[in-house]
Amino acid sequence: MKRQIPMLILSAVGTLLVVSVFIPSARHWQEDASLYFDIIAVFAFFLGGGNLIRVHAEKVSRKSAGWIYSVVTLLGFGIMLVTGLFKIGNPNGIAGDISQAGSYFQLLFQYVMSPLNSTMYALLAFYVASASYRAFRAKNTEATILLVAAFVILLGRTALGVLLTNWIPAQFSVLQVPNLAIWIMNAPNLAGQRAIMIGISLGVISMSLRLLLGIERSYLGGDN
Amino acid sequence: MNKYYSWLILAALIIVVAILPKPLVISPTASVIVTILLGIALVWVLVLTIRGHLIGRRVVFLFIGASLTLPFFMNFEMPIKVSPEVKILYDALAKLPPGSKVLAAFDYDPPSAPELQPQADAFMAYAFKHDLKVIIMGLWPQGPQQANMSIDKVLQYPEIRAKNPKYGVDYVNLGFQSGNEFVIQRMGSSFRGMFPRDIYNTDYDKIPLLNGVENFSNIDFVFNLSSGYPGTVEWVQIAVDRYGVKVGAGNTAVQAPSVYPYLSSRKLTGLAGGMSGAWQFEQATQQPGKASTYVLPQTFSHTVVIAFIIIGNAALMVSYRRSKRGEA
Repeated sequence: MKRQIPMLILSAVGTLLVVSVFIPSARHWQEDASLYFDIIAVFAFFLGGGNLIRVHAEKVSRKSAGWIYSVVTLLGFGIMLVTGLFKIGNPNGIAGDISQAGSYFQLLFQYVMSPLNSTMYALLAFYVASASYRAFRAKNTEATILLVAAFVILLGRTALGVLLTNWIPAQFSVLQVPNLAIWIMNAPNLAGQRAIMIGISLGVISMSLRLLLGIERSYLGGDN
Repeated sequence: MNKYYSWLILAALIIVVAILPKPLVISPTASVIVTILLGIALVWVLVLTIRGHLIGRRVVFLFIGASLTLPFFMNFEMPIKVSPEVKILYDALAKLPPGSKVLAAFDYDPPSAPELQPQADAFMAYAFKHDLKVIIMGLWPQGPQQANMSIDKVLQYPEIRAKNPKYGVDYVNLGFQSGNEFVIQRMGSSFRGMFPRDIYNTDYDKIPLLNGVENFSNIDFVFNLSSGYPGTVEWVQIAVDRYGVKVGAGNTAVQAPSVYPYLSSRKLTGLAGGMSGAWQFEQATQQPGKASTYVLPQTFSHTVVIAFIIIGNAALMVSYRRSKRGEA
């Protein structure tokens, strides 16, 4: 019973939603179902928050490697949660929006979270450069093609690409680096992306069918 | 000991930045000299590599750091070419008559702000200058806050300040709504159902701009700024496919390649991708902003990355040659 009831719910809801696409008067079922989805998703927030506290509190209590970072995580989580929930410093009080100018939540967002997030993302430039230096090697034909494409895209997305090949006459403008970059995006990239999208769609359809028919049971947990 | 050197260098850098006059811009000649020195240093690294002295990653970091920071002080005229996808986006905006209602979906957060915030600023400035009515929303929790930052910025522009756009009449921020693509789907039947109040807790029906706005059929254009899921793909799949609204997008460079299929099938009405797209969008809308400044460091850093890929491959060739000699 523990397995059959969830499978029955999934099959019934899934089939109803598929059917609703083809029956105009039943289209609102999709919106109703999406509302239920939202209600269920709210519990994921609690689970996520609870799990974060549990994992990091355990790390701190055991003083395992990097526990000090867990303290920072818990502090950050707690401060943002409290300032957001109780709208501390909000000019409009508890009724105001959390992003109201002047509220502590907004100040923390603007002057702490925003620059920290941007800094983390900016570090990618260093890692990308280092990884390109160590791993982007023309070891075989495929890697060489990828390398050349990367060169064209890297150059084509900058002013240097325009500067280097602007002299090429208009009738051969396709050879200008920015135009080559556009061609790569519009031809090989497009073909690849479409192939991936079609593949994913076929995968989604087959997985959905497996779920609806009760063949796929991994979501129930356990071995089956 | 190395740890202390790092801290000392960091402290020295902070002091230098603090005491330097601002804005500090060196002359074009000095900019050329600095660029040549950087080029010579890269050639020297290449020569060292060919001779068999491999460099460590710290040297790579140093070059990237220099290529990202030095151009901020340089004075170069950068040639520009507006790509077809950015032109389509600009043309779609240019066709909108004054008073058109544009839904601006801010689906990103601070990490993507360097690429997307300049696009947001350029779009907002263009919209206010051309009397477009902007309805802001976000499928990402921090999106509406990014929108507010953009509005605060463009309202300082003299041209826009003179127009004095009013909240609730010329623009409105509906805030964040959870539910990802389901939000778009439900907006197809009712905006009010999804956003009963704006971020300042004002009832939907009490906002003059939203009078008569029931669903997508009352929206002339959707401009989506996106850095992932939910984002442009979901807007195209639901708002365009099901409700027939026109959607243009600004994406991060990482995400942009994945939406090209929608661009070529004309489901997506224009795309500004990454910093380069932001720069082109700024130029097209004649609203030079941060992207026009950031594009020079981007050009330098891309060039340095290319140089290091070449150096890395030179190292590979050297190691092949050595192994062949060893075999011989």
